[in-house]
Amino acid sequence: MTHQYPALTTEQKKELQEIAERITAPGKGILAADESTGSMGKRLNPIGVENTEENRRRYRQLLFTADQRIDSCIGGVIFFHETLYQNTDDGTNFSQLIKDRGIVVGIKVDKGVVPLAGTDGETTTQGLDGLSERCAQYKKDGADFAKWRSVLKISENTPSELAIMENANVLARYASICQQNGIVPIVEPEILPDGEHDLKRCQYVSEKVLAAVYKALSDHHVYLEGTLLKPNMVTPGHSCPTKVSHEEIAMATVTALRRTVPPAVTGVTFLSGGQSEEDASINLNAINNCPLAKPWALTFSYGRALQASALNAWRGELSNEKAATEEFITRAEANSKAALGKYQSSGSGTAAGKSLYVENHAY
Amino acid sequence: MTHQFPSLSPEQKKELSDIAQRIVAPGKGILAADESTGTMGKRLEKIKVENSEENRRYFRDLLFSTDPSISNCVGGIIFFHETLYQKSDSGKLFPQVIKDKGIVVGIKVDKGTAGLNGTDGETTTQGLDGLSERCAQYKKDGCDFAKWRCVLKISDSCPTSVAIAENANVLARYASICQQNGLVPIVEPEILPDGTHDLLRCQYVTEKVLAAVYKALSDHHVYLEGTLLKPNMVTAGQSCAKKFTPQEVAMATVTALRRTVPASVPGICFLSGGQSEEEASLNLNAINQVPLNRPWKLSFSYGRALQASALAAWQGKTANKAAAQEAFCSRAKINGLASKGEYKASGSADQASMQSLFSASYIY
Repeated sequence: MTHQYPALTTEQKKELQEIAERITAPGKGILAADESTGSMGKRLNPIGVENTEENRRRYRQLLFTADQRIDSCIGGVIFFHETLYQNTDDGTNFSQLIKDRGIVVGIKVDKGVVPLAGTDGETTTQGLDGLSERCAQYKKDGADFAKWRSVLKISENTPSELAIMENANVLARYASICQQNGIVPIVEPEILPDGEHDLKRCQYVSEKVLAAVYKALSDHHVYLEGTLLKPNMVTPGHSCPTKVSHEEIAMATVTALRRTVPPAVTGVTFLSGGQSEEDASINLNAINNCPLAKPWALTFSYGRALQASALNAWRGELSNEKAATEEFITRAEANSKAALGKYQSSGSGTAAGKSLYVENHAY
Repeated sequence: MTHQFPSLSPEQKKELSDIAQRIVAPGKGILAADESTGTMGKRLEKIKVENSEENRRYFRDLLFSTDPSISNCVGGIIFFHETLYQKSDSGKLFPQVIKDKGIVVGIKVDKGTAGLNGTDGETTTQGLDGLSERCAQYKKDGCDFAKWRCVLKISDSCPTSVAIAENANVLARYASICQQNGLVPIVEPEILPDGTHDLLRCQYVTEKVLAAVYKALSDHHVYLEGTLLKPNMVTAGQSCAKKFTPQEVAMATVTALRRTVPASVPGICFLSGGQSEEEASLNLNAINQVPLNRPWKLSFSYGRALQASALAAWQGKTANKAAAQEAFCSRAKINGLASKGEYKASGSADQASMQSLFSASYIY
């Protein structure tokens, strides 16, 4: 290993860092509205709405046209490709609409998971082919950040070393390519919450996965100040019999991040996974109240946890649009408070919550 | 990769974490007094003092029996094996003298460098054989932390990936073994300042080396909260034509650390390398003024930079003892202030104008 061949100029670095900082400014987080066509079907079916392009457009519209109350809560919106080129009823392009209100536009760029042969159902993620050209086009079309989701799972013998190494590598390649095109990469190494494993097991796996991710980012010369991390919170598996408190989740999560995520990373924007809207907010709040030094912004990049109530209120009816938008605004404001550690869910007192933090050396 | 087989119990973790926190308590750093017999010879030769066991004992005694207020700026002292079993003039074993002052006792445990065949003079460090048993004994004899030095160099072709990987791995093995025996490992991946390379080159190499070190520590299940890091500051090579200010050194150093050292590491204690006493203090001070989030303590683990004046004042003469202790005390206090960013060198501008020297917009 010899001389450095700078991957980015000073100006490119500055631009990337500023974008990352804007997205994760205090009290702000990300609306993940990048559900693929198939995933949108899974959201629309339960509320009896047909999965048509028009319905998807109408639905995203009621989110994007929320009033100025979300401007202090939402720093960035992740789009799916189709949505980037759709318009409001009066013909305003969605990307332009979002940009004009000072919110950063992001784009999902991966092309889904593919199996890793010879493993126990593990996957990697595809989408690197022609990624540089696609990023350049997205940048022209208004996007300033991107998102790529890799997936790992916990079981008796997973994640395997191969799955960890392969996903870390593909995330680093994606990140490197994004930065070359002025796009801040959100690095998402999601460890699924499925399983009977306990909190400690999830923490252990999260630490190993994140250590591999940051080694790969270093190897690929990625500029950390111009990236964001989108990890899972550290939680017990869905089928784990032992329940834990929000403070235990927070302590395990922050401990894992402190051991692996370099301070240079501008922000950590958690995915909500299978969490309910309220749990996702309470957990984020507990994370921000965790009494350990946290050198990065700790905020949200929520899909379902910002939209579940909105979808339910809408049910495809024009007359329900205002109510649906209100539900979204409510969750956006709750999570904005949670990102500042100031969220008080009805029925919980913050004082009682603080004392439940288990001493960190036990982790 | 499956289940975790915890290498440490919660009690063991707490003990290690508490020791590390005590060493880098606010305003405190480390006196590296672990010069091997041969290295001590080099120090004593300069002041024309014979390299005898008694002279080595006398000089360490001079340092260790300094005014007790020294414990306000010295959190830990690294010993060489021989010194651990020597006594002060009062007949007390040195570890006890130190412990009575509330200072943590550390021990150098590596056995020096060994060549990496097929490389351009690169090395690894040996000392793993029987290390666990040695650590257990050192713990009984009063030590609570250890130190192991790996060495890398910058040249046209160095450091190579094998040198980086091998040294990172051996540091992780050493760290793992120490923790099993209740000793906090100081991890020292020194990149020598020799060479004509510039500041950016040193920063790049430092980032690569530290990334490898922390990956290895993760792979070896080392408990980061119970470790300390002893790195070089990021500086231009000693033969580099261009000179850099303490603020530039500080910014490059903190940037490199922010990109590689997890926040769970409680403290980073810089080695002084070839720096003069004043340079080492000014740089440490500037580091503690860098306007970037620094989640670890940034302090010192200085050998020469704490002892040069003391040695020069001593000259091997008993009559100079007080003066030598005064010189040592002075440097210790200065570095204590520097570790808080509060050191004002005489004739230097105040903090406000110092801050403006940081090229806030310069991206490293």
